[in-house]
Amino acid sequence: MSQVYPMEVPEDRVPAATFEELAMPLFDQLYNFAHWLTQNREEAEDLVQETYAKALKGFSSFQPETNFRAWIYRILRNTFLTSRTGLKASMTVPLSTDGEETAILAPANTPEAILIERSNQQLVQGAIEQLPVHLREVLLLCEVEEMSYKEIAETLSIPMGTVMSRLSRARNALRESLRRKIKGE
Amino acid sequence: MPGDEWQPKLDTYLDGELPTEVMRELDAHVRSCPSCVAEVLNRLQLKRAVQASAAKRYLPTAEFRERIQKSITIRRRPAFRWGWLTAATVAALLIAGALTFYVGLQKLRREQVFSELADLHVTTLASPTPVDVVSSDRHTVKPWFQGKIPFTFNLPELKDSEFVLVGGRAAYLGQTPGAQLIYQVRKHQISVFIFQDRALSRDLSTDTPVMRKLSFNAKTWSQDGLRYFVVGDAAPEDIQSLSQLLKKAERS
Repeated sequence: MSQVYPMEVPEDRVPAATFEELAMPLFDQLYNFAHWLTQNREEAEDLVQETYAKALKGFSSFQPETNFRAWIYRILRNTFLTSRTGLKASMTVPLSTDGEETAILAPANTPEAILIERSNQQLVQGAIEQLPVHLREVLLLCEVEEMSYKEIAETLSIPMGTVMSRLSRARNALRESLRRKIKGE
Repeated sequence: MPGDEWQPKLDTYLDGELPTEVMRELDAHVRSCPSCVAEVLNRLQLKRAVQASAAKRYLPTAEFRERIQKSITIRRRPAFRWGWLTAATVAALLIAGALTFYVGLQKLRREQVFSELADLHVTTLASPTPVDVVSSDRHTVKPWFQGKIPFTFNLPELKDSEFVLVGGRAAYLGQTPGAQLIYQVRKHQISVFIFQDRALSRDLSTDTPVMRKLSFNAKTWSQDGLRYFVVGDAAPEDIQSLSQLLKKAERS
């Protein structure tokens, strides 16, 4: 893992809200998101470290009135996409379906109810892990980070319509995956 | 709108992303549609299951947190460092400038004093009446200055020396009245100027370009509130001897 050294910034160039004040409260969430993307602890640490280094370096260009969370998540996500794991994952993105409103599968059964009864978190975690990265990230940003569609669109640099379609596909895929797992397929 | 048509919007509804009007409409529909209620419940459960499973699923180690914290902690470099440095440099330059100016000014004043004295000496010797009181007797010359200058002084006994008192006259140096005495040693004439010391600069040295340029020898000292200048083209030893005689006379 590469070593990161403290950066030295002249005091008069440090904005009122410092980078540290804005970025550190997001540390746990960013790490969690990074780990979900990379599925590997070391890679997640490298990703977070690189994200913080890039964000700190570019903080002077950050517009204070804009969304810091979306900004730093975008840096993390773009950094991930250029990583080896990210490049590999991006190869699986079915670009042709982006932006298209996919048909919502009406669930025939209710795996959700079974999940609640079983309280089987591992099952859900496994199902999320199996989602392609482009669906996993949109689902996590929506459900875990509780970002609005607009924030997600900003973070992933995609149109809102694409956010909605990916989210819909992610949920359907998750539901289908859980249904298969519950059935023991 | 039938329930089937609402169902594609249920996720967006639960995400709170539908327009306000549509949200109200769907709210009203859900209350009256059992199948939509069940579907909303299922999707809500899935949302909660994802949140419960994925949020805080992975936690960073304390060591990693510390490493990141250290890496982004800005070492605040005082912004005024350059300001102080600049101020200190400017102050140093100003002090150096002031010192240079002061030293230069003192040097200029010193040179002006000796330049004026040299001029007085030369013009006196060039004058057809170099002295106003002509006498080799110190007891005649000294009283002559009474009422003409605001101080008194002693003149040396020259009986056993090579020096001869020619006379004296009143002199002015920078609007300061004083005495100019002319002595002769062999063929050389020497001017002795006496002024009140407080009226003149304390930093006076005879090693000035003016004196070197004019090939004069000079000596100055301060004694009992009086400033003495001995200026002439005589040998340095003669200037020194006369100076000693004057010092001795003033002490007596």
